[in-house]
Amino acid sequence: MAINSKLKLNTSCYHCGDQVEETAYVLDDHDFCCLGCQTVYQILNENNLASYYKYNTHPGKSQKNQKEDLSYLDEPNIVAKLVDYQDEEMAIITFYVPAIHCSSCIWLLENLYKLNPGVKTSQVDFMKKQASITFHKKEISLRELVGLLHNIGYDPKITLQDVVKEGKKFNQNKLIAKIVVAGFCFGNSMMISFPEYFGMAAFEKQYANFFGYMNLAFGLPVLLYSASDYFKSAWISLKQKRLNLDVPLALGIFVLFFRSAYEIISQTGAGFMDTLCSLVFFILIGKWVQQRTYYHISFERDYRSYFPVAVTVIKEHTEKPTQIGDLQVGDRILVRNNEIIPADAILLNGHASVDFSFVTGESKPVEKVLGEVVYAGGRQMGEAIELEVVKAVSQSYLTKLWNNDSFKQYEKKFDTFIGYISKYFTIGLLAVAFVSCAYWLLGGNADKAWAAFTAVLIIACPCALALSSPFTLSAALSIFDKNKLYIKNTAAIEQMAAIDTMVFDKTGTISSPNASSMYFEGSLSSLDKNLIYSLCRNSNHPLSREIIKWLGDGQLLPISDYEEVAGRGQSAKYQDYSIRLGSASYVGSQKVDLEGSVVYVRINDAIKGFFTLEQSWRPGLADVINQFKGESYSLHLISGDNERRADALKMIFPQGSKLLFNQTPGEKLERIHDWQNQDQKVCMLGDGLNDAGALRKADIGIAVSDDINNFSPGCDAILDGDSFDKLPKFFAFSKDAVKVIKMSFIISLMYNSIGLSFAVQGTMSPLFAAILMPISTVTIISFTSLMTRWYAKRRNLI
Amino acid sequence: MNIIFMLIGCSVLIALFFLGAFFWASKNGQHEDTYTPSVRILFDDEPQEEGKEPAKK
Repeated sequence: MAINSKLKLNTSCYHCGDQVEETAYVLDDHDFCCLGCQTVYQILNENNLASYYKYNTHPGKSQKNQKEDLSYLDEPNIVAKLVDYQDEEMAIITFYVPAIHCSSCIWLLENLYKLNPGVKTSQVDFMKKQASITFHKKEISLRELVGLLHNIGYDPKITLQDVVKEGKKFNQNKLIAKIVVAGFCFGNSMMISFPEYFGMAAFEKQYANFFGYMNLAFGLPVLLYSASDYFKSAWISLKQKRLNLDVPLALGIFVLFFRSAYEIISQTGAGFMDTLCSLVFFILIGKWVQQRTYYHISFERDYRSYFPVAVTVIKEHTEKPTQIGDLQVGDRILVRNNEIIPADAILLNGHASVDFSFVTGESKPVEKVLGEVVYAGGRQMGEAIELEVVKAVSQSYLTKLWNNDSFKQYEKKFDTFIGYISKYFTIGLLAVAFVSCAYWLLGGNADKAWAAFTAVLIIACPCALALSSPFTLSAALSIFDKNKLYIKNTAAIEQMAAIDTMVFDKTGTISSPNASSMYFEGSLSSLDKNLIYSLCRNSNHPLSREIIKWLGDGQLLPISDYEEVAGRGQSAKYQDYSIRLGSASYVGSQKVDLEGSVVYVRINDAIKGFFTLEQSWRPGLADVINQFKGESYSLHLISGDNERRADALKMIFPQGSKLLFNQTPGEKLERIHDWQNQDQKVCMLGDGLNDAGALRKADIGIAVSDDINNFSPGCDAILDGDSFDKLPKFFAFSKDAVKVIKMSFIISLMYNSIGLSFAVQGTMSPLFAAILMPISTVTIISFTSLMTRWYAKRRNLI
Repeated sequence: MNIIFMLIGCSVLIALFFLGAFFWASKNGQHEDTYTPSVRILFDDEPQEEGKEPAKK
């Protein structure tokens, strides 16, 4: 036995790397954990694609998941919606394939044509986890193509709200083009300005004009094209009677250009065209840094990406896949095991056991009787059921919740430090400019007055200030990213720093769907344990494996008459013992009212007790709560689930925390709203559709997910469940990031006051501006990046 | 010294050429995926017959 178990430890599936259980599949001297993995290997091997296993060990994903019904992919109108392009012969489709994770994946997916000649070419974009495939429609249908991908373990994710296509909409090409144009003009005008800075001999003065006009030519595209967004934004903010940072920026750029143009045309000076170009170039880079986002994570998902694309409609005894959007009231639909009920419907046929955990947070499947209304969003567990649609998809309980007015009207506005400061900055800047102008005018020196006025606006142009926040926050963003917290945008980090109230959801958020623990109630002798152990070793059911884990090492007894009834239980005989394990009805026991899975044990005629499997808290939950408490955050819990484990939670949460149970999604939203009305900045952590409203309403909504490629509701940040214990650190670090912004603000103010002291005297030379501007920029960029990293190191985040 | 005009003209032309090249590359999607090509280039050409090689990292 000991040797046996050691061997087991050493065998992992050749395909996916999972531990191989008792019943190993062996082919070509390789072990496989399941038939699925073995089949993938077989397919690849037969097609000379075994190199897949050469680039990485265990490159595959476990094949234990079930296949879904793909018949909807035969419907031409659905196909037309999914493909990027199609004609009579060919079609191009881009799939989002979450399973893409290593170089073997790229290799295999780009060699698809070897598996099926119908595939012409395929190309993988690793970062976006996309595969775009060109195929001959006559040789391979879309359904066959998806089936092929499924067979080799790369199931594409096909949803109504296509993440892939929506991601495509976002592109930065325009911004990049503006940066490139500004960079081009910056380099060239710098080159042309050098002679002026170094001083020109008398005979070289003839070139000064030429250089001046060249500079003017380089300045024009920067003003009209590259900087156009700043003028637009400044104009919009002035119309709304607000002063954002773009106002002084636009003003500075505008004054820079016209003073330079005036000097060049009137031949009174060299102008500041190179400073203009460098200024625009740098602030555009700051903008670009701020706008970088995640390719493969969507923060805007709603119910549409959770629902399937199509559902089977039964019409006159034929089954026809229909798009969800085309479902009509009165349609009779067929929902199979593990499929989602897409619309509110009445149960007509079959035994419905619906898992609403994603909608309500209630983890126990709900049994429905014939004629009862089943709300959309539940997942059917068990046999196929037939239902009659009573409300269209967009009108059903869940989607109505989503289209709730309070969600729609509410648009998050983050208060950023820069936004707050720019109002005062602009007013101060204008005051200094007008005062110095007035001073020189009163002294009767109109030339000096004009020079001082424009110089103040130029030199105080908050270029460094405009860069401090993007560079700090994007450095912080990448540090969060390394620690598996994916934040939607940089403004959300500043919002994180302002949070003082943390609200947790229970199921799936502070409890982990993956980590569960087995409990046994009753008493077992050592013989009983060995009997159960021997029985469970015969079964591949996850619960049997959990029971074996709970029992530890047992003695294997030679049992006979083993029988397993799928979904109910298993039984066997040993000597004169007869043992049954399974559901209450299978064992013949009284049913206890418990959540989660319950396995009853009966040996001979005695019920020995029952095993229950419960989700356990995420590791480090108590620490997380304690650390937040130490930082004097208010902590609350809102759960859609019942109060069964309230006592355990009361031990963890500090006094004064509100622990609310049985909350509907609407109530959750209301609670958040109440706290916000008490002037609290609320962070909501949730996971399911039932939290979607609260996540959007909260100042920061963080979705906790164990697989970031899976569905998560719309939110501001997605936290990988593994990093849950780092939450307090994340919040502390966001405060550090804001500190860095404030420090760099002081630095840029210092540069500004040095520049201003020259500017108010009307003695600013173009060379001085050309040096001061880049130096302040470089200082800010390096200071923010270094400080952010230093703080991250102090918090042990890198 | 009139050569200066020509030199500057040439340098600007060359710079414009590179600017155009950048736009061309950008339009052709060369900056869209900056990771996958670096992996793709490391794949070996396939041997024609079935060659079984041991799994290596």
